[in-house]
Amino acid sequence: MPGTFLSPSMSPKLRRTLTVIGVAAAVPMLVVGCTDNTKTTTAAKDGPIQVSSTANECKVSTGTAPSGNLTFAVKNEGTEVTEFYLLAEDGLRIIGEVENIGPGITRNLVVTAPAGKYTTACKPGMQGDGIRASFEVTESGNKPSADADFQKLLETGSQQYAAYVKDQTEQLVTGTKAFADAFAAGDAAKARELYAATRMHWERIEPVAESFGDLDPKLDAREADLEPGQEWTGWHRAEKDLFPPADYTAMTPAERSAISTQLVSDTADLATRTRTVELTADKLGNGAKELLDEVATGKVTGEEEIWSHTDLWDFQANVDGARIAFESLKPALAQKDAELAKSLDEKFTALQAELKKHAKGDGFAYYNELSEDQIQQLAALVDSLGEPLSKLTSAVVL
Amino acid sequence: MSGCPYGHTGDAPEAPGAGLPLDVNGSARAGEATGVELSTGTSDGGASATAGTSRLSRRGLLSLAGVGGAGAVAGLAAGFLGHDLVTAGAASAAESDAGDAVVPFFGEHQAGITTPAQDRLHMAAFDVTTEDRKELIKLLKDWTAAAAAMTAGRTTGATGAVDGPYDAPPEDTGEALDLAAAQLTLTFGFGAGLFEKNGKVRFGLDGRRPEALIDLPHFPGDDLQPGRTGGDIVVQACADDPQVAVHAIRNLARIGFGKVRVRWSQLGFGRTSSTSRAQVTPRNLFGFKDGTNNLKVEDNALLDEHVWVGSPASPNEEWMRGGSYLVARRIQMHIEIWDRTSLREQEGLIGRTKGVGAPLSGGEEFTAPDFKLAGRDGDPLIPLDSHVRLAHPDQNGGVRMLRRGYNFTDGSDGLGHLDAGLFFIAFVKDPRTHYVPMQLALAKGDTLSVEYLKHTGSGLFAVPPGTQQGGFIGEGLFA
Repeated sequence: MPGTFLSPSMSPKLRRTLTVIGVAAAVPMLVVGCTDNTKTTTAAKDGPIQVSSTANECKVSTGTAPSGNLTFAVKNEGTEVTEFYLLAEDGLRIIGEVENIGPGITRNLVVTAPAGKYTTACKPGMQGDGIRASFEVTESGNKPSADADFQKLLETGSQQYAAYVKDQTEQLVTGTKAFADAFAAGDAAKARELYAATRMHWERIEPVAESFGDLDPKLDAREADLEPGQEWTGWHRAEKDLFPPADYTAMTPAERSAISTQLVSDTADLATRTRTVELTADKLGNGAKELLDEVATGKVTGEEEIWSHTDLWDFQANVDGARIAFESLKPALAQKDAELAKSLDEKFTALQAELKKHAKGDGFAYYNELSEDQIQQLAALVDSLGEPLSKLTSAVVL
Repeated sequence: MSGCPYGHTGDAPEAPGAGLPLDVNGSARAGEATGVELSTGTSDGGASATAGTSRLSRRGLLSLAGVGGAGAVAGLAAGFLGHDLVTAGAASAAESDAGDAVVPFFGEHQAGITTPAQDRLHMAAFDVTTEDRKELIKLLKDWTAAAAAMTAGRTTGATGAVDGPYDAPPEDTGEALDLAAAQLTLTFGFGAGLFEKNGKVRFGLDGRRPEALIDLPHFPGDDLQPGRTGGDIVVQACADDPQVAVHAIRNLARIGFGKVRVRWSQLGFGRTSSTSRAQVTPRNLFGFKDGTNNLKVEDNALLDEHVWVGSPASPNEEWMRGGSYLVARRIQMHIEIWDRTSLREQEGLIGRTKGVGAPLSGGEEFTAPDFKLAGRDGDPLIPLDSHVRLAHPDQNGGVRMLRRGYNFTDGSDGLGHLDAGLFFIAFVKDPRTHYVPMQLALAKGDTLSVEYLKHTGSGLFAVPPGTQQGGFIGEGLFA
């Protein structure tokens, strides 16, 4: 086969370009006809409803659509950043919105809308009331599954999770003090005992804690994460001293004291800031997913706790945090996608059952005690949960 | 697969340098890749390919054998491959009917840098095991001869794959017989270990190690594996046919036995950068266009400013004039995790739209990003921690790189995932100014890097300039 690179296929871009040219050449009349967008009510059935936002127009390709999932493809054909809203008939309540659309960019808004009267609005320049038009959703028989209490369920779920975060943060503050005292006093045995159990409070709320970009590296940086010249503080600094590798020079009492003091003060700072974090349903859903990501990339690989090998404690804590977030959203999810809720329940249970096999006393086996098969099994269950869990946010927020 | 911007005429004969790259795909290509555009490049192989393209495939050579007899082939080949002789013949010696483009091996700069990126990669780094300077020089001469032959679409050795004695192993390994030259380029570079190892100067190269050939610092998050890092000599083989690239590395490794051994090797199955405006921007395994803002062969002045080594720091570095530095990083991507991420977050992390590749500040793919343009709440549309922002020349003192990376998959990670990612390759004038600061910023502040990437291999190599017929790669270093 001489010259396999003499591929008969063209590049995707070229192919698409040619297709467009072909269409334009073949049916110019139709293209012109389509720009009259007021009467093409069938467009919505087949694809997204096209919205063109310019400085003084907000063209929507159809004025009506059948109830169910609606997709608006909003193209910013103006020169300023724009936004698009689907509002309730009162013109106040937001059914769905897509913001921050740069000039030339198209972004989709997917909403579930029951039959009724609505208002569409583009907001070029992100100011004022926007350019509005009425929009009607006709009864299609596709009854949107969410009822009126849905929003309430989401809010309740978010409040529950906020309470959980608060509780974990408080326990983290208390536990960190005890750990830091033991570490500073040179009581290595006690510090080792407290290390993993205390860190679980951190790991349970990791996405919230990590949202403070300055605190996370101070509290949780691993040695490999450091840049040249960066001071190493936090949990893993203490870890290396408590579970030292062979050629390690122990810290002096003064160094231990300094690390302890900083750990306590950074944790107190974290607790203060956590109180003002606004938790919404999408943050819960994404947080649950991120916790499983953490497990997949850091814990199941044994990279998080390379000196202490207490990765399974962190593993359990990440799963705890994800599960609480999921359960907070479960009543809402059950309305939108009962099957997903059931599947997630099963997969959390399966993963938890596998983890429990490695429980030892109050804690777990060390990571380096696990066989390859056992690690494989855990990894497989993490993936089988992680994939559907990634759909949680869109299932409840859309 | 359409990475080749040159015309291919299929079976129709065409004079080299005819210019208009019409091909079997139809005339549409002419609008994208005009001969004029390509011929404005540097004198590097890539740029001169349109004008100086010769077409010869291994099959072409074999069919010549049919006409002129085996003796004629042996005579022709012997000229290239007498092991101490570096007299590789003109690549343009023959025009074949195979219709394949050959990228000239000889030139001011080595080929495979500004050459429009081919579709496939096989890169290998070698540890030099001999300590004998003469042996090393002989190896470089032998490699030069073999490289000149293979890039021209010919076999290695005087007798190739099938024309040697019946009771001897064939000189060429043979898997590229019948295959076209496939625009094969072979690019050689020298690692720090060639100059000194374990505190000892090697090969009499005292004081010859360029200052820019630093030991790369540890970047936050680095998880470098010794078996994928370093090396004394690197060879980058790029071709539009993977078997042609692998054949080249395999035969160079074979020629080197006893003097060098393979330290690591990496296959790349798809290019992730374009190095010519005639090429469509390809996508990486995150599904995003990669290298939109890459330096291109057409950017003559910028290449001199950012890629080619100009006046050397000292006379001892004169041998690097017209060369460059190759940074290789094996970047594993957590693609499974990425695939579970919302489109909103994916675009925010990259700073571009996934479909068109436009910056989030608006426009089309090649529109300049507006980092100041703010959306609701006053936050910039291109997030502060986005990859595009942190990697952009505006954030890095104006420095640019010529990137030439490839997507890879290397089986499983052992935990039920693909071991996949981007094999990052960049050519820069000086890694101290053109790579290290940017990579430090990315490793620190780029959420994409922190959450979804892991660097598992690394190498930095001084790439000497090209050589002319009769010379050998790196000759200036041994002068």
